[in-house]
Amino acid sequence: MKNKNQRWLSYQKEIADDHYYFARSCIRQNFFPASETIFLKILREELGKDIFDDPEQTTCTGIAYHSGIIPLETTMTVVARQFALMTRAGHENFVCSCVTSFGIYIEVLELWKHFPEQEKKTREALLKSTGLDFKIPVNLVHTSDIIYKFRDQIAAKASLKLVNCTGGNPLKIVDHVGCHYAKIFPDKGIGGAEYPYVLAGLIDAWGGEQVDYPERRHCCGFGFRQYLIKENRGYSVTNSKFKFESMAPYHPDLIIANCPGCTFFLDRWQYVISEMENKTYDSEGYGIPVLTYEEVAGLVLGYDPWDLGLQLHQVDVEPLLIKLGVIYSQEGKYKGMNGEELGKPAKPQFLKTH
Amino acid sequence: MESFYQLLSNDIRFQEGLKACISCGTCTAICPAAQVSDYDPRMLVEMVQTRNEEVLLELLNGDAIWRCGECLSCKTRCPRGNTPGHIIQALRALSIKTGLFADSKQGNLQLEIKRTVGEHILKYGYCVHIDEIDTGKYPEQGPVWEWFRENRESLLARLGANYNHEGAGTLRKISNRSLEDLQAIFIETGAMERFQQIESGSAKQAKDEK
Repeated sequence: MKNKNQRWLSYQKEIADDHYYFARSCIRQNFFPASETIFLKILREELGKDIFDDPEQTTCTGIAYHSGIIPLETTMTVVARQFALMTRAGHENFVCSCVTSFGIYIEVLELWKHFPEQEKKTREALLKSTGLDFKIPVNLVHTSDIIYKFRDQIAAKASLKLVNCTGGNPLKIVDHVGCHYAKIFPDKGIGGAEYPYVLAGLIDAWGGEQVDYPERRHCCGFGFRQYLIKENRGYSVTNSKFKFESMAPYHPDLIIANCPGCTFFLDRWQYVISEMENKTYDSEGYGIPVLTYEEVAGLVLGYDPWDLGLQLHQVDVEPLLIKLGVIYSQEGKYKGMNGEELGKPAKPQFLKTH
Repeated sequence: MESFYQLLSNDIRFQEGLKACISCGTCTAICPAAQVSDYDPRMLVEMVQTRNEEVLLELLNGDAIWRCGECLSCKTRCPRGNTPGHIIQALRALSIKTGLFADSKQGNLQLEIKRTVGEHILKYGYCVHIDEIDTGKYPEQGPVWEWFRENRESLLARLGANYNHEGAGTLRKISNRSLEDLQAIFIETGAMERFQQIESGSAKQAKDEK
């Protein structure tokens, strides 16, 4: 038992307790536009933490880098600028909302360790182009690490558990951990690449039941340039389909993901597969809802689902809300800022919506 | 003139990615790209290890190097610490630098990414922006996205975003100062030069095809 515990310790990581510098995600801002706001709200209002949301922060360039259109030196220098903004703000704990970015930041730091002359060159390039200098973060984590760290405090404030309100059975939940969270640098992710626990820990703490299925660790299929180029998107949908086919026999009620790209693809490709093949991966024809971990945390804390932006998912979340026993206003789903009616989205051909 | 192999060896990702491949095929077994196309990272690394200039030319002007999705699952699994995905990054960079990317159909498609993601960074400060994503180019976005885009001012305000306004927040307008920083970094570190290489290589190919 002692040896087992010691082995598990090597899969843990240091996550700062407070005072964070926040870096936003290109994808999360657009497709799950309430998620980062909810994350900040939970940290500040529920957990009493200090986190700085810097208007000068930008992309890390990760999507461009992994698509091969910009050089490594550019990515390193943009990353260095982010660190410079953190330094200027008086912070040393860097937290990013994107899993691709998380991989990028770790990769750059590791390369600088292996090639110190490259760090020197980057410092020179940053100084010459922007006049900035930087300190390396003392702690660098992904936003899902922070939610994981405080999962028990969130559970203590929860207004619901991830259980079916009819019968009280735990909901069956698929965790999808983005490839760049731990596959590139396994020692930087909770549980490493083999036993990633960053989302499974949330499921356990909030009353759900993990679904283990054969393709649990398979990529969602983003593939960077493979998705960005329209004619290559078969790569992306096919890889998501491998996952859906593999998880369906376990009847999941929900998928949660820590990477914004994965959340997006697992949601939208269910719509595409339904349009192409009239096929869904649940028994009722609605599909399997796919949520970000901030959205799930918000539901657990009792926030209004439409303030969480859940109406912007293509796979309807209402079957999930009904299972959870969330009291919500169906009329409120399609209202705007001042309560005005915004009409309704068109209905997909086959995928059911409420 | 330096050989292709020497040029590749100058790239630190190549140095990190290629230790000594034993051609076990674990990378191909785990690779999502290999599952959906004839891409084969084991074979590709074997070709690189030949150090043969003709073989390397075949990689630099072919489609294979553009099939990788950079999930980097290969890094996790290689029993000898190689990373085919990093080798791919070095090959792609060299393919663009030498103009050979334009000889392949897949390489030529880099132009599409440069003109979307590349230009979005300099315009919006992020790789992706709601104003640029319509269901013509991205039909998989579906009807909910269409509805969201049509009503984005009101919906984003409801969700606490700061869409197209100055200051902090989701989808805020990035300050000119930050955009100028990005522009200056892109010039200083070779991104603008690479953009130009992608534009001119693809333009030449289009002309040759005519």
